[in-house]
Amino acid sequence: MTNDLMVDARSIRKHFGSNEVLKGINLQVNRGEVLCLLGPSGSGKSTLLRCINHLETINGGRLYVDGSLMGFREKGDALHEMRPSEIAKQRSHIGMVFQRFNLFPHLTTLENVIEAPIGVSGMSRAAAREKALELLKTVGLADKADAYPSQLSGGQQQRVAIARALAMEPKLMLFDEPTSALDPELVGDVLDVMRKLADSGMTMIVVTHEMGFAREVADRVVFMDQGVVVEEGKPKDVIDKPQNPRTQAFLRSVL
Amino acid sequence: MTSRSGTQNDDIVAIPLRHPWRWVSAALVVLILGAFVYSLWSSPNVNHSIINEFLFDKRVIGAAGLTVLLTVISMFIGTVLAILLAIMKLSTNPVLRIVSTAYVGFFRGTPLLLQVVFWGYLGIIYPKVEIGIPFTDFLLFSEKTSLVFTSLVAGIIALSLNEAAYAAEIVRAGILSVDSGQTEAAKSLGMSTGYTLRRIVLPQAMRVIIPPMGNEFISMLKNTSLLQVVAVMELYARTSQISSQNLAQVELLVVAGFWYLVMTTVLSWPQSYLEKRYGRGFSAPNQQQRWLRFSSKASA
Ligand SMILES: Nc1ncnc2c1ncn2[C@@H]1O[C@H](COP(=O)(O)OP(=O)(O)OP(=O)(O)O)[C@@H](O)[C@H]1O
Ligand SMILES: [Mg+2]
Repeated sequence: MTNDLMVDARSIRKHFGSNEVLKGINLQVNRGEVLCLLGPSGSGKSTLLRCINHLETINGGRLYVDGSLMGFREKGDALHEMRPSEIAKQRSHIGMVFQRFNLFPHLTTLENVIEAPIGVSGMSRAAAREKALELLKTVGLADKADAYPSQLSGGQQQRVAIARALAMEPKLMLFDEPTSALDPELVGDVLDVMRKLADSGMTMIVVTHEMGFAREVADRVVFMDQGVVVEEGKPKDVIDKPQNPRTQAFLRSVL
Repeated sequence: MTSRSGTQNDDIVAIPLRHPWRWVSAALVVLILGAFVYSLWSSPNVNHSIINEFLFDKRVIGAAGLTVLLTVISMFIGTVLAILLAIMKLSTNPVLRIVSTAYVGFFRGTPLLLQVVFWGYLGIIYPKVEIGIPFTDFLLFSEKTSLVFTSLVAGIIALSLNEAAYAAEIVRAGILSVDSGQTEAAKSLGMSTGYTLRRIVLPQAMRVIIPPMGNEFISMLKNTSLLQVVAVMELYARTSQISSQNLAQVELLVVAGFWYLVMTTVLSWPQSYLEKRYGRGFSAPNQQQRWLRFSSKASA
């Protein structure tokens, strides 16, 4: 049953102190599916993504990625916390792209991409290098291999960040507003790379305010507000004919 | 982009702004300094031939070498301990945090001179050093304390442990200066905490750590002179020993001062190299950062 699902979140809850951020989220993502997550600021979109790769620990519910429970081991009725090394292993199969890129500024583009394959997966330097150059080519930055992040534009940095995540051969990619920090003329290049990735069959969860991208690329759109899923469905249904008044209000404000 | 020396045809050719006050102030400084040096030099109470005699004396040079050695060894041990202490203080384990805080509090809270004397007197508190299995008669190692903790070893321990306390705060500030997004990105790639620290956080923290550590290095070099009280024959101890025999106190102070200046100057050269090395990938420091760096040096 969990087998054809890449992500299976069952009524997950997350709170910071008394601030309840996720109030029982149910979310199922199929293999190869592209899901766009919409919602107003503070609705818990980033928190949900961070729970999926266990950057945050959930307070309730169950979260499975590729059939395995994230961050815990289930023995009978009890949940046991995993050791940090096991959590790191789980994370290494999930790529994440951040709003503010978070490239390693002291490393060149190429070094950014090969660091984890060598240090985490134990790949040889030569093999990692070859693969990284291949990836940099697919994101259109083959000529920037030796540049430092500070010498790249925001759009170029974000594409390097995508290549860096892909170098770990993830089975799931999480994008947290990947184009929100970019100048408008740089957004297109990043979205093009993401579109190619979607076409290649990658499972993706994308938090975005780019309605054009959601409409065109997403298989399904989920609208969140105040820690709950308010509405979900095909992009043309949710974006063009929203049923819920909260979705309607949000879409009026962004379109 | 044009290099600094390269010009292009359409570059502006302007008459440089003149800075008359720079010249006036420079002249004034040279004048005052010159007068001071002259007054020292021409004083009948300073015997130049004694200075000349001892400036390159074998014993003095050897003692200066020992001073450098003490500085480098103590600085190395101190820095390694400091990184450990900083990590302990930032850890989620409350025991480690308290131990680290107590350590820093203790070693910063007592005078270095007191600590030096304490380690020198260790033999009185513990006459024997023994390593074995507790509550059995099995002994791996047993020796008189004064033979293991020679004054040299006691001196190095005192300087290293004290340095660790100061440097721990510098390292901690450096680690905290690295954006949390870096740790997050590293984690999301599956890197362990240790790996992230070693490969991602510390290399970036170095930019912030190196300038104050240069300061520490120079302080350490001068603090080695405290080891005179436990009879380590470093530069200050050696020159004061010589002056107690020939009664040329001022002359030997000049000799010692000369060598301290040479050593601090030479030892600050690697700093700019290290700053460049760890500044790779970061844009050139702007004027404000440069000013901050200058003022952090000046506050020694
Ligand atoms: N580490 C944290 N500690 C405390 N509160 C947090 C933390 N992270 C998020 N929150 C709170 O959780 C709520 C949801 O935040 P989240 O970042 O998930 O929203 P979002 O939907 O991603 O919003 P945005 O569109 O602005 O990015 C906010 O009220 C925020 O203050
Ligand atoms: Mg967010």
